[in-house]
Amino acid sequence: MSSKEPAQKLGFEESLERLEKIVLMLERGDVTLEESLQRFEEGVALSRRCHELLALAEKRVSRLVREEEGGLTLQLFPAEPQDS
Amino acid sequence: MLEPAQTPDSRSADPIYSVTELTRSIRRLLEGSFFGVWVEGELSNVKLHTSGHLYFTLKDDQSCLRATMFRRHASKLRFDAADGQKVRVYGTITLYEAKGELQINVARLDPVGIGELELAFRQLYERLEKEGLFDPSRKRAIPRHPRVVGLITSDTGAAVRDLLSVLRRRAPHVELVLRPARVQGAGAAADLVRALADFEEWGGADVLIVGRGGGSLEDLWAFNEEIVARAIAACRIPIISAVGHEIDFTIADYAADLRAPTPSAAAEVVASDRESLLIQLDRLGTRLGRGVLQGLRKRGDRVMLFARSGAFRRPLDLYRRRSQDVDALADRLETAGRSALARAAMRLDGAGGKLHALSPMAVLERGYAIARGPAGKIVRRASEVAVGEHIDVLVARGSLRAQVEETREEGGMNGKDETS
Repeated sequence: MSSKEPAQKLGFEESLERLEKIVLMLERGDVTLEESLQRFEEGVALSRRCHELLALAEKRVSRLVREEEGGLTLQLFPAEPQDS
Repeated sequence: MLEPAQTPDSRSADPIYSVTELTRSIRRLLEGSFFGVWVEGELSNVKLHTSGHLYFTLKDDQSCLRATMFRRHASKLRFDAADGQKVRVYGTITLYEAKGELQINVARLDPVGIGELELAFRQLYERLEKEGLFDPSRKRAIPRHPRVVGLITSDTGAAVRDLLSVLRRRAPHVELVLRPARVQGAGAAADLVRALADFEEWGGADVLIVGRGGGSLEDLWAFNEEIVARAIAACRIPIISAVGHEIDFTIADYAADLRAPTPSAAAEVVASDRESLLIQLDRLGTRLGRGVLQGLRKRGDRVMLFARSGAFRRPLDLYRRRSQDVDALADRLETAGRSALARAAMRLDGAGGKLHALSPMAVLERGYAIARGPAGKIVRRASEVAVGEHIDVLVARGSLRAQVEETREEGGMNGKDETS
């Protein structure tokens, strides 16, 4: 599906906004049958994308440090005691 | 004033001084008697020379006294000395021999009635405000759903602990990058400026939180330094300031795009709570499915009648039951002590299933097709198309372009059909 490709690259904010727009568009019902089907497909892809971005395993905490050679690099930050 | 009653003859035995000799002995006399005195008055004729020396006149309503503050002292002033300020100075009275003028050499200059830091704060605030540095039009929007949040603070203080704990709890899906920085004492302002530059150079952060925990005005002072305020205002990445407690306002707060009252509050502002995002997504998913059906209903499409028929409803019920199973499974997982992450994953599957069940595509999936005539109109009666015309047939995956060979008005379901 061509409508799925761009959804893979969108960030959360863009995906959510696009999904909201599609839902409103479909709820208004002023699109053709074919378009509403395409939009629906796109909406499902966007919804999946959003879930993916939220559901990925816990992201790391790192430390931005300057190397001896002068460049910047990320190092893992010492694990913090987690209160859950 | 005192004057001798009689003027003696200059040829008397009294010693005769040169001007220099006399002024020098007066100077020594003064310096000996007024070495290290405090004097209070109002500043006037304040002039900072390019040499770095500060010249001014101290006055009250009856007298005035010229004053000089040499660079090694003047450079340590935190506020800008200005005409009209009430001050208390410490220094030594002397005589400026070249001009024969009395003056005080000032070693220390304190404002009266207001703390030195407070005065410095007000002055810098007014200057930068006049310059437009705090103008709302300069503020960049804080992204609502950042992927990567950059933190500039001490890596040992309470602030970093609060930031990490709140962000990990609310938004585990957000990546955090800490650039440890000195937040108080000598060199802190310069290090904060370097930290901002580092994030700009690295380029991976969507938003920055700059801050520290509570402390005295002196402790927070780095965040009131002009270089820090300017670096914050000029930074290309949106910045949330989070310095001290709710009652602490710093120049950095005014220069930042958003002020958070505390580091924990900044953490809550910067990342939306994942749980509420998941709920929002669930709702959107439901509306998406409903929306597509409602849209079709509004258009009075035959597809809807079809969708309402038992053929469509049955799988829908099936999916509903299935998503209930998913919920039940998720509950069991939860009680089994699995993480919120697992729960979210289960919900995702549930949402996908619900969406799919509602889709007209699910109908097509079951083998039905939608045919459209040359004008794009959905074909409901065989008589709507003529032999030889092209029609588009929408199936579950893709569509077919077909030519009509024969049309039969009745009994289409039984006989050989319209399409080739």
